[in-house]
Amino acid sequence: MTQLILFDVFNGLIVGAFYALMALGLSLILNLSGVINFAHGGFLALGAYLAYSLMPYLGFWGALIVAPVLTAVLGLVVERVLIRPLYGGDPLYGLLLTFGLAYIFEDVTRLIWGAQSVPFQVPAWLTSPLSSEYFFLTGYRVFMIILVAIAVAGLFGVLGYTRLGMRIRAGTRDLDTVSTLGVNVRVLRSLNFGIGIYIAGLAGVLAAGLLGLSPTMGASLLMPSFVAIIVGGLGSLLGTLLGGLLIGVASGLTTVFFPSASEAVIYVMMGLVLLLRPRGLLGEEGRIH
Amino acid sequence: MSANGRRAFDVVIWALLLTMPYWMGAIGGYTELATRVVVMGLAAMSLNFLLGFTGVLSFGHAAYFGLGAYGTAMAIKYIAPNTWLGMAVGIAAAAIASALIGAVIVRRRGVYFAMVTIAFGQVFYFIAFRWNTVTGGDDGLTGWHRMPIDLGLTQLDIYGEDKAFYYFALAVFAVCVGMMALLLASPFGRTLLAIRENERRARFLGIPIERHIWLSFVISCVFVSVAGSLYALLNNFTDPRALRFDQSGNFVIMAVLGGMRSFWGPLIGAAVFVALQDYVSSRTENWMSVIGLVFVLVVRFFPRGILGVLRGKAAA
Repeated sequence: MTQLILFDVFNGLIVGAFYALMALGLSLILNLSGVINFAHGGFLALGAYLAYSLMPYLGFWGALIVAPVLTAVLGLVVERVLIRPLYGGDPLYGLLLTFGLAYIFEDVTRLIWGAQSVPFQVPAWLTSPLSSEYFFLTGYRVFMIILVAIAVAGLFGVLGYTRLGMRIRAGTRDLDTVSTLGVNVRVLRSLNFGIGIYIAGLAGVLAAGLLGLSPTMGASLLMPSFVAIIVGGLGSLLGTLLGGLLIGVASGLTTVFFPSASEAVIYVMMGLVLLLRPRGLLGEEGRIH
Repeated sequence: MSANGRRAFDVVIWALLLTMPYWMGAIGGYTELATRVVVMGLAAMSLNFLLGFTGVLSFGHAAYFGLGAYGTAMAIKYIAPNTWLGMAVGIAAAAIASALIGAVIVRRRGVYFAMVTIAFGQVFYFIAFRWNTVTGGDDGLTGWHRMPIDLGLTQLDIYGEDKAFYYFALAVFAVCVGMMALLLASPFGRTLLAIRENERRARFLGIPIERHIWLSFVISCVFVSVAGSLYALLNNFTDPRALRFDQSGNFVIMAVLGGMRSFWGPLIGAAVFVALQDYVSSRTENWMSVIGLVFVLVVRFFPRGILGVLRGKAAA
């Protein structure tokens, strides 16, 4: 029983890491630009499929490095052409536009790579279990968690200790003032969007190695990512990270005792948080609108 | 638009609706498609009560649409085969759910409100999807159908006669739309417009904003559940897709496409959207791309919608 619980908690942690990566990118874009990027899941799937197509030429490691970058480049193009004109307008339009993009992404992915799931080969030495007792601790899963940790640390490092990160954080609070101080806000928003999409692409490649590839792989992570943001608290990236891991583990634990509620439980958690602590776990007072 | 112009427009809309089953065939449609236009039109107009006339961005209305559909289907299947009973159960379920959820989310605004509504909507999707034994799971709820309606002296065979069901749906549509029009013309409706235009000023005038938004949310959800109920009756079937979040997005795009600042706009948007979806999905497998493109094009080039553009032309 203990092993079963450990197994599901560990699974939950891994799924939670994906929620967190996805939600961090969404949060970055939402905080600075006020756009909920519905197409975020589409970018994640695209990153995964790009890695799949690049693998024969670049190998696993090459694909792991190049695919997220390519995804981010596409993200920059989409931001420049379609999303930039909407900044400052009714948030409804950003929602609808990215919603439509999500449809197009899923369909195009299906058109190019087929509707069926395809397998994704990771290096053989990564797939073997590390311990016979804890069979679920494969090298790849541990590797994945380490990589997620590096990515998250990198993101917080960039935000906390670089000029770009400082500007992003400042822009989240008061974009007008940042603009007045001579920062090119358009470029800032573009770079911020690119970072968010890069993380989604990276999450896609990692998810591919673990869960396999399908055109809807990103869309199914989108709603839990919203929940992660709400539970963690709007405006707080640390909260988003915490929220993602928390709902992942909660969902994993529920799998042990009541499997059919494993998806619904995170929405119950969201309801409770909204009732008891409307600003979210680490959200700041007054930023809930 | 002048008062006369508006009245003339109302007459045209009702004349078209009343005769739709008779000319739908001539333009390549069929009676069921006409019914779908009316049902989706009601859903989009109900959403617009909140979106266009209160200025609150809900992206989770499919949940209440689906509650109406499942409530109706389950009541007819499990309790008693009676169309009225089914509709009553579906609408009551949505009313209760929206009253509870509305109370939790009513202080949120803008994108955050949208995010919370859409996430809450997913609860119902997963319940419908997972609770196989009762809801039929992913395959949907079958093994029931709408029942003829007893009118005392005679019987209206809405099950056997497609046209009879169309006019039944249109009658329900008329009642709901009439009630919404009355509500919007009332002091309550005027207050909602005031909140849309300037929430802060409305608050300073002493208007209880949260209570008004909550009421508007519940009213909007109740009417959208009527549409959901009709939708289940139309198909004699319902499945989890009726309450998934993409359905919510479709409602919003219908409202925007037709023009969310006008009363009839969402109906026109729904007619265009339903016809397009029907046409495209019969022509190509890649209908998702086409629908997605419609979203993108509407936002970039047509944000005020069909009626918004027409009205702008008329004013110029």
